[in-house]
Amino acid sequence: MLYDKVIQLLFFTCRQNRKASLIWTISLVGVTVLTASAFTGLYQSDQERQSMAQTMENPAMTAMVGPGYGLDNYTNGAMMAHQMLLFTAIVFAVMSILLVTKMTRAEEEEGKLELLRSLPVGRLSSLSATVIFVTILNIVIGLLIGIGLIAMNLVGMGMTGSILYGLTLTVTGLWFTSITALISQLSETSRGVVGLSFLVLIVAYLLRAIGDVSSEVLSLMSPLGLVLRTEVYVQNYWWPIFVTILMSLVFTLIAFYLNNKRDLGAGLLLSKPGKREGSRWLLSPLGLILRLQRTTIISWIIVMFFLGASYGSVFGDLEAFFENNEVLMQMLGDNRGYSMTEQFTTMLMVVLAIMATIPAVLVFLRVRGEEKKGRTEHLLTRGISRFSLIAHYLIIAILLGIVSLFLANFGLWFASSQVMEEPITFVNLLKAGLSYLPAMLLVLMIAVLLFAWKPKSTPLVWLYLVYSFFTVYLGGLIDMPTWLADLSSFSHIPQLPVDDFNWTPILILLFISTVGLVFSFISYRRRDALG
Amino acid sequence: MNRIEINKVSKKFGSFQALNNVEFEVREGEVYGFIGPNGAGKSTTIRILLGIIQATSGHATIFGKDVWKDAVEIHRKVAYVPGDVHLWENLTGGEVIDTFLSLKGQLNKTKRDHLIDLFQLDPKKKAGTYSKGNRQKIALISAFASESELFILDEPTSGLDPLMEKVFQQCVEEVKKQGKSVLLSSHILSEVEKLCDRIGIIRKGEMIESGTLDDLRHLTRTNIRVETEKSASILGDVPGVHHLFLDKGVYSFQVDTERLSEVMKELSQLGIKSIESNPPTLEDLFMRHYHSEDQLNKG
Repeated sequence: MLYDKVIQLLFFTCRQNRKASLIWTISLVGVTVLTASAFTGLYQSDQERQSMAQTMENPAMTAMVGPGYGLDNYTNGAMMAHQMLLFTAIVFAVMSILLVTKMTRAEEEEGKLELLRSLPVGRLSSLSATVIFVTILNIVIGLLIGIGLIAMNLVGMGMTGSILYGLTLTVTGLWFTSITALISQLSETSRGVVGLSFLVLIVAYLLRAIGDVSSEVLSLMSPLGLVLRTEVYVQNYWWPIFVTILMSLVFTLIAFYLNNKRDLGAGLLLSKPGKREGSRWLLSPLGLILRLQRTTIISWIIVMFFLGASYGSVFGDLEAFFENNEVLMQMLGDNRGYSMTEQFTTMLMVVLAIMATIPAVLVFLRVRGEEKKGRTEHLLTRGISRFSLIAHYLIIAILLGIVSLFLANFGLWFASSQVMEEPITFVNLLKAGLSYLPAMLLVLMIAVLLFAWKPKSTPLVWLYLVYSFFTVYLGGLIDMPTWLADLSSFSHIPQLPVDDFNWTPILILLFISTVGLVFSFISYRRRDALG
Repeated sequence: MNRIEINKVSKKFGSFQALNNVEFEVREGEVYGFIGPNGAGKSTTIRILLGIIQATSGHATIFGKDVWKDAVEIHRKVAYVPGDVHLWENLTGGEVIDTFLSLKGQLNKTKRDHLIDLFQLDPKKKAGTYSKGNRQKIALISAFASESELFILDEPTSGLDPLMEKVFQQCVEEVKKQGKSVLLSSHILSEVEKLCDRIGIIRKGEMIESGTLDDLRHLTRTNIRVETEKSASILGDVPGVHHLFLDKGVYSFQVDTERLSEVMKELSQLGIKSIESNPPTLEDLFMRHYHSEDQLNKG
């Protein structure tokens, strides 16, 4: 009775989500297979790989991508798994969170579930169909990645390892599928579910970052830390897979139990009554837009600070690591008097800049969501011009980008100055960090342009950001054609303090952004408002 | 046999008492009108009947079965139309209707096509592009094309144009003729008056009236307009007469229905030139409950 018509609902869910699932599958499998082939072509000799292993062993890298393993025989497989597995696993988590939320709480919030539940459909059928669908999707993508890696027949990437690589990703997806299913029983709104689920993901990442550098127990408490313990392509441990599946099962059971008990539309976290009157703050377009995104903005500001701080906290270990590693020092040479730590800082700077772009773009794109729901009309029909509407969103986005970047750098400096013997000065760090603002502005410009010109394709801006991340991140590791890297705005910024500051690329980026924004504003005023 | 039976059902959301000992029943082959101001508890009652929220206390059955425990079985013979229909944007209207019907296991294409025709729906459009009225039509078509014994309709005509409202009324009369039952919650009182055999009024989570329209009328006042030879201003002192007005020689007033014969006796002594009496409309009934509420609040 609780599961009546679950098969039909499963097909219905497939019909709903086939396009999105296909896109996720192709991009995840494609990126993994392409990266794997790029890695193998890169280092011909074991010696080259070995020297790479030594640079990868430092605490900053450990905090960022997870602990290195098999470093005394750093095969292509070990290298690929070490540098790619965690980030790909995070993408699996993001996919699972978004899909599950859309199929559970979002459907419920919009009253679609009520219609389904008035039909002879079991109380748990809808949740079951969701969990089954997303589970199958995770398994299929994981297996395809495994099979793809086997089919490439690359040295150092054996059959067991490749399958394990794919399944490690799968179980990460399953863990987040089940936790999101659970959270969607707790929060009354889909925004709440996405927010809480991402909070879990971020805490899992930070816990693992700190844990991998200083405490194994801490890492094991994080699902992301746990899945990395498979040591794919070197040890091929299977126990983390089983532990993760077991945890997912437990979360799923709790989610089912809660779903069966609660009223439709209700959450277990009680919502409290709000204010009777609008405060003076709220009563302006700026106030309204800020108020609507208050939680998002505050959460991101906090997250950015802690992200910076958790990277910063490993700087002490990083310093000690370089001091004790004379071979490495000799090999990399003394780069015009800059310490190794400073050289690694430049890489962290790009990562933090790209991360800080996320909240800025997110806050701007809210205007697209508002338009889709027909809510921009409320403002546009009340004497607020289109120019003013889009300008408000843009200004808030730019300010949030600046604040996020500033706080990430401040967190980095704050934590690093506690643990370093020769701390980096805050001013230098800030200069290096804030130089990335023009690159961030260009990404925002793309978001504005898409919104104004091709509103249905606004999600493409995320693709650009992910692309930027991978070119910058992989650009340092594999031999990528310059033009590919140059497509990302972030690769044009001089990497202070190692590079000299250079106004030319900055001014060019600013110029392109300004032109793009002017064009966007004009075309937004010309296009139809879409409901 | 009663199709719906609600027995002292209460519902609390936290400390808020949404329903308090609600009781009524819907019989076989009848249309039951369920009316009340916004926030009175109509939708909460309906959601309990659908088994998607649980009553805090009390018991409700449909076809003699428990609405929460036997929800799936009950839903095979129940059709529900909400007042605010949301659909899956990337499916067409036709796809949604077929999905709903086949989930009930009752895809009758002749009936479906007939209704699509009747409601003048273009089923090939994506659900995301439908206006409110068109989304409402989809829910109505899915409901009336199914082989249900009971129709639970929660403000089903919101957003429909007057022509389509007529079509809807025909559909309700049609299913009633077949001996099926309808629970109709609506704010369009003329519609309720026209369609419903019995009516229940809910206010602040409590049932304040339930019965046929005639039953309810007995509890209220009749509107009278009269022209008399002598001045009828003495009527103002007769118990049971309210809101006496004189306009161009015509007196209009309301009489408590139980005092009607005494008032008529008084009137006949004044020499009636013309008289017109109207039974109270459902709107009068409804307004009276609003008013007594207001007066209580003021007092």
